[in-house]
Amino acid sequence: MATSNPSVFLLTVNGQIEGANFPEYDDLYCKYCFVYGHDWAPTTGLEEGITQITRKNSQSSHRLIWNFPLETTFKSTNPSGWPQLVVSVYGPDAFGNDVVRGYGATHVPFTPGQHTRTIPMFVPEPTWRLQKFTGWLLGRRPEYTDPKVVAQGEGREVTRVRSQGFVTVSFHIMTKDMKKMGYDIGPSSPANTASVTSGWSTEEQQ
Amino acid sequence: SSQPQSLDDFVKRRLEERLRAARVNPASSFFFLFFIRLELRWKSFMYKLISIIHLPSYTLKIQVGKGLPNAEEAYNFFTFNFEPDPPDESERSSVKRQKQRKIADRDEGRGDEAEEQEEAEADEDNEEEHENQVTSIDLFVIDQSPQDFLEVKKAVYVGYQNLIQRENEQLFTPSFRTVPTSVKLPENMKPRYLEDEGLYVGERPHVSLTNENILENRILKMEEWFGDDGRIMALPDPIKESSTRPPLFHMEEDVDPSLQTVYRKVRHTRSDPEGDYQLDVDVSGLIFSHHPLFSREHVLGARLAQLYDQYLTRQHNNLTGHLTDKVNPTRQLSVHGKIHGGQSLTQAMQQRFSEYSLEIRYLFQIQEKDRTLLKNIVKVWKELKALREFQKFSNTPYKLYLRRENVDRASDEREHEDEILAEVVEFEAESEEDYQKKLTEYNKQLEEWKLWRRKQKKKKKKKKGQTHEDTEDEEQEASESEGPIEEGPPKPEPPERPDFDSIEQQVREKASRIRRKPGEAILIPELSASGNITASELCPRPEIARRQDVARRSLFIKILYNDKEVSRTDSRSLNTDFRVHFGQIFNLKIVHCPQSINLQVFEEIGSSCSLLARVFVPVPEPSVVTGNVPVEEYEFSSNQRVMFDHEGVGSDVPLSFEADGSNKQTLLTSGKLSCCVSWGIGEDDVPLAPPVSQQPGGIHSGLDRLDAVTYIGASGLYDMKKIGEWATQSRLDPNDPKNASIMQLLKVASSGEVTAPEYFRLEHLQEEFNFVTDEELERSKRFRLLRLRNREVAEFRNYKCVPALEREVTDKVFQEYEKRLKEGEIIDTKEHLDSHRALVAKYLQKIRESVINRFLLAKHHYVLSDLVIEEEIPSIGILGLNLFKLAEPKRPLKPQRKERKKVTAQNLSDGDIKLLINIIRAFDIPIRRPQSNKPGQAPQSAIQGSDWFLNQVQVRPFVEVSFQRTVLQTTTADGPNPCWNEELQLPFSAPNGDYSNASLQSVKDEVFINMFDEVVHETGNDKDRGKSIHTWVEKHWLGSVKIPFSTIYSQSRIDGTFKVNTPAVLLGYSKERSHGANGGYDIMRSLSEGTFITLFITMEPQLVPGETIREKFDSQEDEHLLQASERFEREAAQGYPDRPCITTVIDLNGKTVFITRFIRPLNPPQEFLDAFPNNPQEATALVARFVSLIPSLPDRVSFSGACDLWSTCDQFLTLLAGDEEEHAVLLCNYFLSMDKKAWLIIGTAIPEGPTTYVLTYEQSRYLIWNPSSGQYYGQYDTFCPLQTIGCLVNADNVWFNVQEYTTPMRLSFDITKANLWKPFFSRSFSHPGLSSVQVSVQSSCLKNHTFHLIPSCRIEKILKEKVMEWRPRHPTRWNRYCTTTLKQFLPKLEMSRGQDVTEGHRHDLKRISGFPLHLPFCEIRPIIEAVYSTGVHSVQVSNVEFALAVYVHPYPNNVLSVWVYLASLVRT
Repeated sequence: MATSNPSVFLLTVNGQIEGANFPEYDDLYCKYCFVYGHDWAPTTGLEEGITQITRKNSQSSHRLIWNFPLETTFKSTNPSGWPQLVVSVYGPDAFGNDVVRGYGATHVPFTPGQHTRTIPMFVPEPTWRLQKFTGWLLGRRPEYTDPKVVAQGEGREVTRVRSQGFVTVSFHIMTKDMKKMGYDIGPSSPANTASVTSGWSTEEQQ
Repeated sequence: SSQPQSLDDFVKRRLEERLRAARVNPASSFFFLFFIRLELRWKSFMYKLISIIHLPSYTLKIQVGKGLPNAEEAYNFFTFNFEPDPPDESERSSVKRQKQRKIADRDEGRGDEAEEQEEAEADEDNEEEHENQVTSIDLFVIDQSPQDFLEVKKAVYVGYQNLIQRENEQLFTPSFRTVPTSVKLPENMKPRYLEDEGLYVGERPHVSLTNENILENRILKMEEWFGDDGRIMALPDPIKESSTRPPLFHMEEDVDPSLQTVYRKVRHTRSDPEGDYQLDVDVSGLIFSHHPLFSREHVLGARLAQLYDQYLTRQHNNLTGHLTDKVNPTRQLSVHGKIHGGQSLTQAMQQRFSEYSLEIRYLFQIQEKDRTLLKNIVKVWKELKALREFQKFSNTPYKLYLRRENVDRASDEREHEDEILAEVVEFEAESEEDYQKKLTEYNKQLEEWKLWRRKQKKKKKKKKGQTHEDTEDEEQEASESEGPIEEGPPKPEPPERPDFDSIEQQVREKASRIRRKPGEAILIPELSASGNITASELCPRPEIARRQDVARRSLFIKILYNDKEVSRTDSRSLNTDFRVHFGQIFNLKIVHCPQSINLQVFEEIGSSCSLLARVFVPVPEPSVVTGNVPVEEYEFSSNQRVMFDHEGVGSDVPLSFEADGSNKQTLLTSGKLSCCVSWGIGEDDVPLAPPVSQQPGGIHSGLDRLDAVTYIGASGLYDMKKIGEWATQSRLDPNDPKNASIMQLLKVASSGEVTAPEYFRLEHLQEEFNFVTDEELERSKRFRLLRLRNREVAEFRNYKCVPALEREVTDKVFQEYEKRLKEGEIIDTKEHLDSHRALVAKYLQKIRESVINRFLLAKHHYVLSDLVIEEEIPSIGILGLNLFKLAEPKRPLKPQRKERKKVTAQNLSDGDIKLLINIIRAFDIPIRRPQSNKPGQAPQSAIQGSDWFLNQVQVRPFVEVSFQRTVLQTTTADGPNPCWNEELQLPFSAPNGDYSNASLQSVKDEVFINMFDEVVHETGNDKDRGKSIHTWVEKHWLGSVKIPFSTIYSQSRIDGTFKVNTPAVLLGYSKERSHGANGGYDIMRSLSEGTFITLFITMEPQLVPGETIREKFDSQEDEHLLQASERFEREAAQGYPDRPCITTVIDLNGKTVFITRFIRPLNPPQEFLDAFPNNPQEATALVARFVSLIPSLPDRVSFSGACDLWSTCDQFLTLLAGDEEEHAVLLCNYFLSMDKKAWLIIGTAIPEGPTTYVLTYEQSRYLIWNPSSGQYYGQYDTFCPLQTIGCLVNADNVWFNVQEYTTPMRLSFDITKANLWKPFFSRSFSHPGLSSVQVSVQSSCLKNHTFHLIPSCRIEKILKEKVMEWRPRHPTRWNRYCTTTLKQFLPKLEMSRGQDVTEGHRHDLKRISGFPLHLPFCEIRPIIEAVYSTGVHSVQVSNVEFALAVYVHPYPNNVLSVWVYLASLVRT
């Protein structure tokens, strides 16, 4: 076994796309995919996925719950290009057309342990007012050519976006052999975990 | 309480009556009416009501026939809450819900559907039972129809009195009258008044008596409402009379001190949190060293005072004495050393000596200065005295005394003598040393000079030799050589030996000059201000005026902090001694960081004041705190010119003290301001200074603060200079170990320029951030790999998983890359047949790389459409079209092709993409020559009647498509005009599985569409005729169409009729037309020559072709022209979106060039013109052929779709590779030089897509030339591949097609008409006279022919090897005889340019099938591909022989035409 002298390190991402907070919209579903650098390769699990459509509870709150599990293991030789989770949320508009409701991305946390991330979402804005109107009418809002655009910084300066809602994702991270290869990511501080567990409860207080 | 009783009775009675009446006549019953109505109106409610009634608790009580209900029952009945019983309701609703759920479950189609249904049904049964129960115990016979209970009756009038009476029965009106107390109290009780009993009773709230009475009457019956006094009980009035808050008096004097507001200034905590800083500015006073109001005496006095000050400081420091003491011991040592011969001195000693000599010299200087100073003091004092005597009054109180100090003459003389001796020795040593130095220098110079001298002599000798040849030359040279002689080094003078005798003399002289004479008393001057100033009355008038003027003046100082005045001193009048004392301390509370502190001295005369001078005071260091700093003097001066008419000397005015007015001096107003700026001290001795980091210095010179000294931790020592000054002044002994540390620091300070370094370090902490050293970074293979990938080097652009460890990176990774780098120099001749072509390929590769690099950069510039998909704003037209579409027939007769969904080529993998090739039909396929068994029989002309014609199988063609070595074929059809209409699907795989746009565009594969004739041979054994027949099938190649994949990719579909590229000679086939009777077709066909095939090619799924990169290239064109061209193109694109319009193109240097610059007549190679001197038409065809022979290489392929680059003709001819436009430009230029009218056509054609053709006008008809094939078409040719004409270009102008149609057939080519052809340069924007970019090419003539024989041999060899390679199972025999025959034939073909040739080379002995292939030559690979695609090698018959001949015909400029004759022979 090459355990003593590993040539790759492993990163296991478990967790779930818990839900979202889109005050104005309902009947949403979420697509996710991982974006990673050249030196990364998924070994097991799904890289891409699409959740069920969820509705808000009729009585309370704006919460949309998916509880969509994520389970992927990556192997890599180089921390550069650390995986990012890209989520994009879609749902029907007033005329029943499926339109995009938000794009967002977050890096997979690199410290082992439990993390909760609330990803702020945004959508590209139409260039012209008229386009906004026709887009609304025809149900063809501007979309990114590739949702993975939101995981990269290049070329973003040409777009204008509007922020829209949040998606909450919880991660459970495990790594293997990172320390052996000289990447010390240290223990996650207890204060950190305490703050991230609150998740929904903090959302509700607002 | 009889009343309630009676009420009860009354109600009871009523009920009884009603019920009884109901039984007799139910219709009249109130109840029944009520119930019926309810039932009618709210049946559901009724149902509920009934079901409630049947509930056990009530069903028992209300029963018919049990007699009358008692009071309680009745009461309950009325007061009963008719709302449904909560538990019941919930039960019901839960039942309902259950049912719902079950229904839902059923909908979902679960397995246990049946059971559930049963259950549900049971439930429903239950319910029905309930309902039955209800009806069964119904007390009001509800099942009868409502009509049974109705009775129609007239309205009855009730009289008013009656009504009131009735009302009174039911209504109660409380009276106003006071209720007698007795009624209110229980019987036999007297009212009790608590007040009377002495108890406190609060005041009742006020209620009007009437209201109270009414209330009392109303509640009379309830006992507990009344108190003991017979009144309604009430709480005391809760409202208090007075407020509980203490009164507030607004008397300003008497405000409670604790309530007083305190004013606190707003403090900006933003900039510095603790910001309680205080700067103390102590302005103590001002002394003028010159003032315009100085009198002459003052000037002298000031000078005297100055000199005396100087003297005092010197005396105070006792520099001379100190130095003398220091020098003496060393001097003795050195004298000693010199005596014992200086050789043995150690290094340290020598250094010590050199230092010592410096010190000695310094000492001399100081001694001299001391003496001159003393002399000057005495001199000035004498002048002062003289002046006082002259003007007969005195202005200044100065008095100088000279104290005489006697010394012991003898010892003094001895000392003096010693010193002189010592000095003499030193001086000797010094001069000796000096002499030695000079001597060595002299020797060196002398040596040089001699060398030079010798050279000069040599030159001269040479010159003398030349003299005889040319005198003129000599003169010139002599004058030239004169210079050097003068310039040569002068002969050095030997240094003089120092005269030791004179040295002593010199020393003594010097000593007498600068030193006090031995035995002379030491003079000590003392200046006192004890003299009297003559009173004003005794002075002359000008002096009085001056003094008055002085008295008028007063001075004050403004203090400016950060250029803002913060305060000013009191104004003090100027004293006669020109000193002003302020003695004021200003405490500045500061908020902003101090940047400058500026003191301005103002002079006030009367009411007007003027700025005299500014004094900038440095911002103190944080360690400078009030109390520990002395007052410092800052000099100031003003260059204002002031003149007076009284005794005042003025400022900036020359003045002289000499009697004759010579030696003039100009004095400027100047003085010293003594002040001190320091940080204040707060309570408990905290300095109110900002921390270091907030110092302004810390901000603007953050870099130097982080420099060496602070870096080592000596952050407290800011003022290195001051320390240094102090150290030199105090003359620390550097050898004292106590001073070691400070000397160390000073060394650092003096070396490192601590306070303000002159240099500027960029990223001076860079090293701290480097994670490995640069060498390691260079050495490491892993880092190299990472860096190369980051730079997007082609080999590593998509490199996955760079190994984590150094040792895992193999050298193999870099091999390819390094090989490519090396290839730059080494030319691989294996791939390319001659070195020239290899060079060209290299050059092309280089251009390609540079272009690709440019585009890699440009790829990182995004526009919105790259990132965001957005709907276009629909225009009215589109909306209208969409509306119109609604009315379209659902299944139109002529369906139009719908746009398929385009797929971006990123998520694709092998096998996803398919090439769809629809082979529809073909025309005019060559037919077999009648195969006569008898040799020698001439091919009978087919005119022989229709008998033969019908029997003969003319041809059985089928089409084979090969792409990426996948071969598919259609079924076989019959006849020369077959119709297949078949779709073939070919898989496509991208190189290396890379489906990115760039990769797809650079696919060089071609689709070969080959047409074959299927020939079935039957051989029966003659012996047993008819019993067994062997048949075998042969396919004979008839022709091919080649379509590059890149064209399909960029066009996304290709639809049209193509000319099949048939070989010039097809053995066994004739191109003669079938002479059918159908004359109508003949007319059509007569227009065309050759075979045609109709194809439709596309890809599934449709790929989005990569867009050309929009990069603005720099240009040398005029800005107006560029703008105009942009406008022209934009308008064209708007008006006619499908017509290509090009006005500017990019040349090979990546610059934008106007298109007309490419057109210029160029001479074609002369031999073409010479070949047919009398037949210009032939020459034209030859030129076109030559152009078409230059290999074509689409830019799209070579530059991976980046852009279309236009190369000039000379570049094109050197590179020997180019796109259609290069061919077209070259052809057009040749035509122009051949005096033809020629234009460039920018248009679209099949299969190329956007392309460039050439239009010529000759013999009053227009011809369209395809430059890459050399073919020409008439304007009305049906099979002209050019489909659309966008614009025409010649050297003068660009015309855009604004006609209705775009096909050449329907166009008018009259470019003079602006309504048909819109010109770029018109009257409003005339042609600016653009020069051509074309360079006239000197067509290199044919080189040696043998040079080209080599490639022909090599090609033949390679092809033979390949054919054998393709036939691994069978032996390949070569028929040498046939080969030689073919070889002889090929040049003839070339001569005739592939036109019909007499077929004298046929072999009758064998069944031969074969054909010559003709190709332009660029590389060997396409030739192999073409040979492979014909499939000649695939003949499986055992007795087959092959013949292969290759002929390469050279044309000028290295253009080669390759003929490959390939034939298979089967022995019959």
